[in-house]
Amino acid sequence: MDFNFTEEQLAFRDGVADILRDEVTPATIRRRWDSDTGLDAGLSHRLIDFGLPAMLVPEDMGGLGLSEVDFILLAQACGSVALPEPLVDEALVATPLLVEIANTTMTGGERARALLPEVANGTTRVAIGHWINPYINFADSADLLLLAHGDEVHLIAASDAQLVSQRSLDPSRRLSKITWQPSQASRLADGPVAATLWRCALNRGALGIAAQLLGLAEAMLQQTVQYSIDRQQFGRSIGANQAVKHLLADCAVKIEFAKPAVYRAAYTVSVAPARADFAVSHAKVAAGQAALLCAKNCMQVHGAMGYTWECDLQIWMKRSWALDKNWGDAGFHKNRIHEWLLRPGALLGADQTFGNAHLAVVAE
Amino acid sequence: MDLVYSTEQQAFRGEVRQWLEEHVPTTALESFDTAAGFEQHRQWEKTLAQGNWGMVTWPKAYGGLGCNLIEWLIFEEEYYRVNAPLRVNQNGIFLLGPTLMEYGTEAQKQRFITKMASGEEIWAQGWSEPGAGSDMAAIQSKAIRDGDEYVINGQKIWSTRAVFADWIFCIFRTDPDASRHAGLSFIFVPLNAPGVTVRPIRQLNGLPGFAEIFFDNVRVPVFNRLGEEGEGWKIAMSTAGFERGLMLRSPARFQEAAKRLVALYRKKRNDILDLSVEDAVVRCYMDAQAYALSTYQTASRLMSGGNIGAESSCNKIFWSELDMQIHATAMNLLGSKAELEPGCDDAAAELGAWLDGFLFSLSGPIYAGTNEIQRNIIAERMLGMPKK
Ligand SMILES: Cc1cc2nc3c(=O)[nH]c(=O)nc-3n(C[C@H](O)[C@H](O)[C@H](O)COP(=O)(O)OP(=O)(O)OC[C@H]3O[C@@H](n4cnc5c(N)ncnc54)[C@H](O)[C@@H]3O)c2cc1C
Repeated sequence: MDFNFTEEQLAFRDGVADILRDEVTPATIRRRWDSDTGLDAGLSHRLIDFGLPAMLVPEDMGGLGLSEVDFILLAQACGSVALPEPLVDEALVATPLLVEIANTTMTGGERARALLPEVANGTTRVAIGHWINPYINFADSADLLLLAHGDEVHLIAASDAQLVSQRSLDPSRRLSKITWQPSQASRLADGPVAATLWRCALNRGALGIAAQLLGLAEAMLQQTVQYSIDRQQFGRSIGANQAVKHLLADCAVKIEFAKPAVYRAAYTVSVAPARADFAVSHAKVAAGQAALLCAKNCMQVHGAMGYTWECDLQIWMKRSWALDKNWGDAGFHKNRIHEWLLRPGALLGADQTFGNAHLAVVAE
Repeated sequence: MDLVYSTEQQAFRGEVRQWLEEHVPTTALESFDTAAGFEQHRQWEKTLAQGNWGMVTWPKAYGGLGCNLIEWLIFEEEYYRVNAPLRVNQNGIFLLGPTLMEYGTEAQKQRFITKMASGEEIWAQGWSEPGAGSDMAAIQSKAIRDGDEYVINGQKIWSTRAVFADWIFCIFRTDPDASRHAGLSFIFVPLNAPGVTVRPIRQLNGLPGFAEIFFDNVRVPVFNRLGEEGEGWKIAMSTAGFERGLMLRSPARFQEAAKRLVALYRKKRNDILDLSVEDAVVRCYMDAQAYALSTYQTASRLMSGGNIGAESSCNKIFWSELDMQIHATAMNLLGSKAELEPGCDDAAAELGAWLDGFLFSLSGPIYAGTNEIQRNIIAERMLGMPKK
């Protein structure tokens, strides 16, 4: 039992976080709002150079062969800077789904295997649509779309789908509603195998959101602590008032107890994505609560300034409000926990904290 | 105690209902934070004024109907029941109006109230400054007496609807040697006066809902001062009492929002997976009722000669938190579609309105004195707890 990240994992995170901090600033994010694609092409290339889209692709398929535990800190770092690019959905959800299909003997396996090298090296971008999300983010910039038809997994060229763009309250998000025609040729997987694939995809998606929400929450808190020091009223920092301290201390408590839940979920998904429901849902709910509380309390501490378009806090708040309801809202995830608790023979109790993952390892 | 509307009150309700049903615009107006929407709302104020409905509590001589507070509540209930346009002149009619009634001279009432009631002049409130938010006594903008005029220099900020408004009521330092609460005066400035610059500030939804205002040797007649020189703080506090207490946010607004929330809940009920959402719907409805009950009680007390004190701070906390709860619950009911902006393909009108209301609800605990400051007031003035 060791709940630490390794030196290498932390160093990798630091390297990526440095780039993100330099290049993904409120100014560059606001520039994206006014651009056609909403993407920063230069940054995408640097992320590809770092091997990020290929992190979870096995080495023999052209990737880095790393795990969800290796990736989770990066997803959190993406949240910290409110990265608009859909890196987390691509690297943690869409690409691993292709890898899983590549590992099957289904006819789609071959297509997925052929595709993975170009996905791993960033020349082909894949977006994913899951029934739980009514819209796909950045579908308009993707080359290929992974889509669900019932339980089946289909892969189509984005140009073969009809996209109707939808405006999100978060101008960094580029949502589309998709209409498309499934065909024999577009089908990659079907049957119970495909149903399990979608279930894993949902867990990966929700895990990625949870980590980003954690990063968003921490970033809002950090900015607001600084603001509470800088802003003076009644001849002293507003942060000197106990009422203000408590607003922000409550945020810190929520974040501290969401963090290990997110890391456990990453571990569980990495050893058994199809058995990670409980851990993922716990992480998603806890991180969502932390981010929503931070948005509310940080706005409050900013006073009227926090209610303006100029104030950069809006970038993080709006992302939090949007992501909290993505890949399953709190109701969906609380309900999964609820069902899990009521299941006959549910593994409950002090000795079962990691029981879910352990059971998965044994069963796999 | 008699919790039944009298025959006269019921008749009044019927009269209001009929007039509103005949006059309320059938298509929703644009946001009053746009130039076009502002003019549409001004036009609506004029329509209201034609029926003398601009501010029903004012005497007939000033364009009102001489109603008492219970009748005002009935009017508000009917107003929100039909989802009539938001009041673009709310700073005028709900805040400055009652203050003018109390502190204004007859000439001032004649000059300012009538045009407020008729919708000809829309008012903004100019109290906050960059360095004076919660600490309003830190106001630095000056109005220095020069014969029959004041010469104004300084800056105000966060003035709601000042981008398109006609007048602003401000607190300025008239005695530069006095400090804090002393030496402040309550003064009106036309926003088109030479030397006034209005810089729009965009709010969270991207619209210029408030403004920063710069005063550069702006001259106004002494006639524009409300009350005595140096009485500004005292008068401002009575305006703030109206703002936090009774007028600015009448219970009907939240009761109707809670009713819409229940309608949304009924529609989505079979998809709800979160017991806490059900609980929140129930709480919102109860709390909206509780706010109405408390307001009726306050109105009854005021009508029999009582007054409103630190409990206006309780009100402000209660309605602002209720408003957040109602809208956050609606967002939870809307789930993955809650983030959609109004007007885009998939966003039914109902969706967009909830999102806008959600963003606005977050400012409730900030404007009209932050909720932290209200809690300090409750603890110190209502409960008598020690000051620092
Ligand atoms: C939508 C909106 C509309 C507005 N409209 C108007 C208007 O029309 N006219 C106008 O004049 N103003 C208006 N305001 C400004 C409003 O009055 C101020 O925002 C408010 O007084 C708070 O001041 P501030 O924003 O400078 O925050 P600050 O005073 O800087 O406060 C920041 C945070 O510190 C806390 N804090 C400060 N001091 C203390 C203390 N002693 N104890 C505990 N906590 C403390 C506050 O509660 C808040 O959480 C509006 C504001 C908003 C958001």
